[in-house]
Amino acid sequence: MAIEVRIPTILRSHTGGAKVVEGAGDTLGDLLTDLDSRHAGLKARLVTEAGALHRFVNVYVNDEDVRFLGALDAKLNDGDSVTILPAVAGGAFGFAAAAAIASHAVSRRAADAR
Amino acid sequence: MARYDSLLDACGGTPLVGLPRLSPTVPDGAPPVRLWAKLEDRNPTGSIKDRAALFMVRAAEEAGRLRPGDTILEPTSGNTGISLAMVAKLRGYRLVCVMPENVSTERVQLLRMYGAEIIFSPAAGGSNQAVATAKQISAEHPDWVMLYQYGNEANARAHYETTGPELLHDLPTITHFVAGLGTTGTLMGTGRYLREKVDGIQVVAAEPRYGELVYGLRNIDEGYVPELYDATVLSRRFSVGTRDAVLRTRQLVEVEGIFAGFSTGAILHAALAVAHEAVRDGRRADVAFVVCDGGWKYLSTGAYGGTLADAEDALEGQLWA
Repeated sequence: MAIEVRIPTILRSHTGGAKVVEGAGDTLGDLLTDLDSRHAGLKARLVTEAGALHRFVNVYVNDEDVRFLGALDAKLNDGDSVTILPAVAGGAFGFAAAAAIASHAVSRRAADAR
Repeated sequence: MARYDSLLDACGGTPLVGLPRLSPTVPDGAPPVRLWAKLEDRNPTGSIKDRAALFMVRAAEEAGRLRPGDTILEPTSGNTGISLAMVAKLRGYRLVCVMPENVSTERVQLLRMYGAEIIFSPAAGGSNQAVATAKQISAEHPDWVMLYQYGNEANARAHYETTGPELLHDLPTITHFVAGLGTTGTLMGTGRYLREKVDGIQVVAAEPRYGELVYGLRNIDEGYVPELYDATVLSRRFSVGTRDAVLRTRQLVEVEGIFAGFSTGAILHAALAVAHEAVRDGRRADVAFVVCDGGWKYLSTGAYGGTLADAEDALEGQLWA
């Protein structure tokens, strides 16, 4: 029973630098618990204390977003491929820069109001 | 045929064309499964972004945020800048675009041709550098107006009022709508409209999965989710890698004669996935998907020819959608 899991660059400190690791589990939650037993701290980076997937993490099973498949309860099968990615909707450049200007403009207006 | 008072009036009303060769074959007696392409490259500047640009500028005018001669500031490396440049020119505004210096020369040339001014942010710093540059520009020019497509309701409304009704008019039997997930405006607007009008409609998102360089730059706590995004509008969401996007983009032009950009290839990949599921389950399906733009702006990547592996290498580290 092996499921291939692709780890993004920023989480490879937990996997000794490995891009791909293997794990097992009937659900995504089980898989993350299994991975955490060998790659300590990984689960805490992906799941909040309240037990939900972190807002800025996207997890895909066979390229499909698990949030539409039951999230941590999503069922897994032998041979599935799981990909973990930081949330960056398309147009990463534009959104990063736009969000910066928008937050800057808001804080400036707030400062003006004081 | 139709005639319009100006180019702006010719925005939208794009053709929906069937894909008889790419649609999966179904067993004898099984209900049909058909793919339909909404040709958004037929908009005035050649992309779906014309709809959002026009609606956002009109909304800002109506709200009194934009007055003749004002300057619009938009951080973009893509089609939105080109659409805004055209709308700004025709409505009498100045447009300043902020973009990384490593974007394709076609984009820079197009923007300048439409009259936009460009401020480059250093490529090396990626989006962190873009954030810093954007903040600095905004601080130096407090009077410039930013339309902020990621959080601007007029972006989604453009699709609620135009793309959605056009699709339903042309394809009343629609069962699936598939589009790209960037600002999320297309999916939110069209998706909401279709959910109100069509029982059981499936709204399917295809998001580009870029090379590691794009993701490697950021920390998980600095992630971005556009304000417009509402997950309840979607039924499913697919992540499509560079290789699949290139493969489908090539297939679309080879098999059906539609020359599109790579984001369309990613969308077609998701559309084919849901179409094949419908065949497997013996269900009828009319799957409409968005052709975001033509392939012209991406020719210089070299990814339309050679092996898939070469194409994947050529697009590695690029924001190809």
